[in-house]
Amino acid sequence: MSTSKLNSQTRAGLLFAAPWLIGFSVFLLFPLLKSFYNSFTEYTILTPPVWIGLENYTDLFKDELFWQSLGNSFYYALIAIPVGTVVAIGLALLLNQKVKGQAFYRTFFFLPSLVPVVPLAILWLWLFNGESGIINAVIEPIFHVKPNWLGDVKLAKNVLIVMSTWGVGNAMVIYLAGLQQVPQELYEAANLDGASPLRKTWKITLPLLSPVIMFNVVMSIIGSLQVFAQPFIMFPGGAPERTTYFFSVYIYDTAFRDNRMGYASAMGWVLFLIILVLTYVAIKYMDKKVHYETN
Amino acid sequence: MNWAPVAWVAGVAAVGWALFTSEQIIKPETRTDGRVVVTYWEKWSDFEFEAMRKVVEKYNNSQDKIFVKVLSVPNIAGKTLLATSGGIPPDLAGLYGPNVAQYAFNNAVMPLDEFANEAGMDRDDYIHQYYDICTYRGKLWALPTTPASTALHYNRDMLQAAGWDPNNPPKTIEELTELDKRIFKKDGSRITKMGFLPTEPGWWPWAWGPIFGGKLWNGVDKITMDDPKIVEGYTWMGSFAKQYGSGTVSSFQEGFGSFNSPQNPFMDNKLATVLQGVWMANFIEKQNPKLNWGASAFPYPANRPEMANSSLLDLDILVIPTGAKHPKEAFEFLKYLQTQEAMEMLCLGQKKHSPLANVSEGFLQNHPNPNIRLFQELAESKNTLATPKTPIWAQWGDEIRTATQSINNGSKTPEQALNDVQTKMQPLLDKVLRHERALGIEPRSEDMAE
Repeated sequence: MSTSKLNSQTRAGLLFAAPWLIGFSVFLLFPLLKSFYNSFTEYTILTPPVWIGLENYTDLFKDELFWQSLGNSFYYALIAIPVGTVVAIGLALLLNQKVKGQAFYRTFFFLPSLVPVVPLAILWLWLFNGESGIINAVIEPIFHVKPNWLGDVKLAKNVLIVMSTWGVGNAMVIYLAGLQQVPQELYEAANLDGASPLRKTWKITLPLLSPVIMFNVVMSIIGSLQVFAQPFIMFPGGAPERTTYFFSVYIYDTAFRDNRMGYASAMGWVLFLIILVLTYVAIKYMDKKVHYETN
Repeated sequence: MNWAPVAWVAGVAAVGWALFTSEQIIKPETRTDGRVVVTYWEKWSDFEFEAMRKVVEKYNNSQDKIFVKVLSVPNIAGKTLLATSGGIPPDLAGLYGPNVAQYAFNNAVMPLDEFANEAGMDRDDYIHQYYDICTYRGKLWALPTTPASTALHYNRDMLQAAGWDPNNPPKTIEELTELDKRIFKKDGSRITKMGFLPTEPGWWPWAWGPIFGGKLWNGVDKITMDDPKIVEGYTWMGSFAKQYGSGTVSSFQEGFGSFNSPQNPFMDNKLATVLQGVWMANFIEKQNPKLNWGASAFPYPANRPEMANSSLLDLDILVIPTGAKHPKEAFEFLKYLQTQEAMEMLCLGQKKHSPLANVSEGFLQNHPNPNIRLFQELAESKNTLATPKTPIWAQWGDEIRTATQSINNGSKTPEQALNDVQTKMQPLLDKVLRHERALGIEPRSEDMAE
């Protein structure tokens, strides 16, 4: 009796979960497994995949563009993540102050992250235009230089970093929520001891915010190594000289311009492994430094 | 309450609905009047699409067996390929000329030889160069829609102001360089005018070698980016950035508006000459009808007069994807489109010249482009230049584009940059040939000049 009831409950449960289960299997699990298989094949979409073993992977390591695009993605992540983290925490701390118009400022700094990526990209192309952009209109009279932001091999990548920093609103809101969790008693005790604001931030706020920082940093690692839309729209072909050619754009070109699905799948799996390892290392490293309030 | 029955009903309904609608999507469309529906995806939107739509409408009204349904589809090449691999391709797809080899190589399109033979159509019906763009490995895979040849467009007023006879535009590369020197103007560190700039519009970075008489490959199995004439072409291309400073030139260029705007540098009197296609007249008419302009064949190197009248060829094509439901009916429409009347109607609407060997005098007279005869003649010149017919062209072309950036930025010499393209692309070409040999296809010359 009880088993049959359990069975019927299990059945009903599975049934309710079925839309998700089916969706997950059809749209995620199957493509995932298929792409893993494809990564060992030569596959041009219309002819059946031909098994070539590890050739795609060994080719990758000899592929100059693989290293170059991976290097570009790493450069971007390595600068964008720390800068974005510092800016987002800084903003969150400022916006946590009880000042007049607090709600307005919070909305104001969050707004940029709501702008869809295509208009955002076009907007920044205008701002950074070397000849008629507003940024050079400000810089030129003061510094007497007119940087060619979009065309200079040394500058173009950094334009994307500035853009990503401008859009830290999401992370900022998460930090802001984290700041609400910090118990006020700790600050009161610190005040009694005569601690300076800087010391309070360093000794109380940041340690208690550390789980949130860890979460945001891990999400940023995943996000920035996969950045695609901005460089794809703003710098066709990775111009100038492929300095803005990011790894995910290379995967896209390989798959959908050259129809080399096998090679592109191998690249996708390499990126997955890299992100996996980095995330693991980040969590392992930070876990020692993170303070959980419950401890 | 026991929810299980409700869930079952909901689940079954959902699955049924999904199956029903997918059937609607996949099932070939039928009409109550019994006409076969040919689905046709076209890359163009705007006036070019409108011109094609009118031809389709005329065809639909001319008979009662076939109904062509034309749809404007962005990112046509990728979508056609994916739909074909999914087994639900359109019956006709309007792709680009350089797609032919890649699609034929991937079995994505049907050979049209039998249909064409049956219909009595052959190479001589067309300007040969355009017909050749539609073939690969000796088979016909596509048929032309609208073509385009290119020429040097020049601003008469700017030539005159620089003391250059506006009725005698530069004939040689050397004269073009000289014209640029005369027109070039700077205001402080800022360039305000140039005579010519190879990177504007920058749509054909592969062309500078061939314009100098160089060959990108031997047409069969060897890429020859190190051909001295190609090096010469790119050295000339890079000489502008080298002479004026690459940063200065690219700042100048960043100030240009988009192609179809009054701030287009040629229409805005910033650039006295530009390499552009037969379509340009239409955009000038739209954006700056007062512009006093002319067109002539693109200059050739003075020491190589045999390279006179060179012209880059672009071609829009129609293919029948593999697995199309109505190939026969699709070809019926293709056949109609290739008649002189339909083709001239289309080309007039898209403001281009005709790919056909026979052109009516009325077409040339009614054409809105005052230089249409020049473009028609250039398309038949012995020095027409088209992209190499190989499945790796998309990647090869991108490599050349990156090489031109390195040359212009001065980070690589032309020799180095071209050599890098060579070392990168040759193994990929070898791979294609190995693949084809395994299928019993022997490489043969795909050289357009033959």
